[in-house]
Amino acid sequence: MSTSAIIMMLIAMAVLWGGLAVAIWNINRYQGEEPESVHRDL
Amino acid sequence: MSAAVEHSEEHRGAFSSRKVFILAAIGSAVGLGNIWRFPYVAYENGGGAFIIPYLIALLTAGLPFLLLDYGLGHRYRGSAPLSFRRAHRSAEGLGWWQVGICFVIAVYYAAVIAWAARYAFFSLDKAWGDDPEAFLFGDYLQAGDPGVGLDFVSGVTVPLVLVWVAVLAIMALGVQKGIGAASVVFIPVLFVAFIALVVVALTLDGASVGLDALFTPDWSALGETSVWIAAYGQIFFSLSVGFGIMITYASYVGRRSDMTGSGLVVGFANSGFELLAGIGVFAALGFMASASGVAVDEVATDGLGLAFIAFPAIINEAPAGALIGVLFFGSLVVAGVTSLVSVIEVVISGVRDKFEMSRIGASMAVGVPAALISIVLLGTTTGVYVLDIIDHFINRFGILVVAVASMLALSWVFHKTGLLREHLNRDGSVQVGTWWQWLIGIVAPAALTFILVNEFIDNLQEPYEGYPTWMLVTLGWGLAVAVAVIGFLLARVPWRDSTFLGDPEVQAQKDERSS
Repeated sequence: MSTSAIIMMLIAMAVLWGGLAVAIWNINRYQGEEPESVHRDL
Repeated sequence: MSAAVEHSEEHRGAFSSRKVFILAAIGSAVGLGNIWRFPYVAYENGGGAFIIPYLIALLTAGLPFLLLDYGLGHRYRGSAPLSFRRAHRSAEGLGWWQVGICFVIAVYYAAVIAWAARYAFFSLDKAWGDDPEAFLFGDYLQAGDPGVGLDFVSGVTVPLVLVWVAVLAIMALGVQKGIGAASVVFIPVLFVAFIALVVVALTLDGASVGLDALFTPDWSALGETSVWIAAYGQIFFSLSVGFGIMITYASYVGRRSDMTGSGLVVGFANSGFELLAGIGVFAALGFMASASGVAVDEVATDGLGLAFIAFPAIINEAPAGALIGVLFFGSLVVAGVTSLVSVIEVVISGVRDKFEMSRIGASMAVGVPAALISIVLLGTTTGVYVLDIIDHFINRFGILVVAVASMLALSWVFHKTGLLREHLNRDGSVQVGTWWQWLIGIVAPAALTFILVNEFIDNLQEPYEGYPTWMLVTLGWGLAVAVAVIGFLLARVPWRDSTFLGDPEVQAQKDERSS
């Protein structure tokens, strides 16, 4: 692989997979409120 | 919460937690397009440089639009028609338009899953032989001349019936026990299977040639309008936004859930999976190019050609070809099923809300006709042509049009984006500013309208793929228009007296103050 291709691959990985990691870290940090009961699906 | 709202929520069902909702939403977003469309779109539109327009499209249109759907469904706590109706009494038709589009998509999407399931088994003994293209159209699909016929192909019909039986079973089990439970199992399986496929593909000779072709940047491409159109189109079509799915799923989440944080996870998971797919697919294509002694551009393709012609050719040549086949086609089946479930749920949820039907009753009332139409139209020797035309037109002149119409209507006619922004911010871990309203009201609709106008002109100038005019008029243009017309007619059917048509959030806050 050429150097430019390797660099762009690493940038894409860092942005998209890094973005996912940050997003997951964020929602784990902020739990919010879960529903008290699961409504029946009648 | 008032008795009317409580009555509605008890009957509709819900996801047991935010985690289940996120997995279901990822399952919907990650579909066939992530695997067979993104890699080629990126390769054709600047390679490594494509990440720039792609990321800008994700941040300026994809995620904002996803949050609009989340805000609408979560605030108004209903299916697409009910959410739009609760937002404004004149908006309900937009919801039914989305429901109609989902019904049409479900009909043909099931067929592709059936083909992929069959090909997973074909992989074991490489049943396609030395000429996968001739096998696909000749031996397997037995494709005749374009038209609509009733010559059934058992190799397609039988797996198609099984796909529908499985999907209807999931739908009948309900939101949590069906959709939620399936997502909790299928999404981890999909990610693990695809990562395994990527690892195997990366070990093939020539894999680096494919990756080099995919990631080498062509910076001049950034000056081309078509590249930016491709980026916005890819983001829009791959996120499952604009046609009711995310509205419906968001209505099943707890009232005080963090929807903006969830949206970021879904958006980046979807794009992250696309990148993974790009690496796996182009590593395999690099192997094929090297084995054949040709350049990557001679083997690179997308869609049905990639899945059912290029990959069988790769499987023929590669060591552990059967393993690659089972992982690849198995991934297509799993990604397809979780997406199909979300598409058909839009219809079931709309019917349930409007007619206050039971879960099983609505699943059968929607699923059985959809399955029958699917089998009759797609299980035959002409199914591939029917699929190709409907897919082409309903994506462009169905989804794109309703997406633009709903964004503009919510922004400029019903003036609801300010309210939805406040709603998203109330419990959101990531706050959205007024810039979000500008993105939803101007940037995203402008980008999609540009794509739409281009597509409209192209399709008027040159009949799609040279199909007979009557097929394009009925299954293409006619169906896209009919879905919209039927949608607005359905909006005229009165709601049941017991259905609460006000703003559930306002009602809930009133009740909290009085208690």
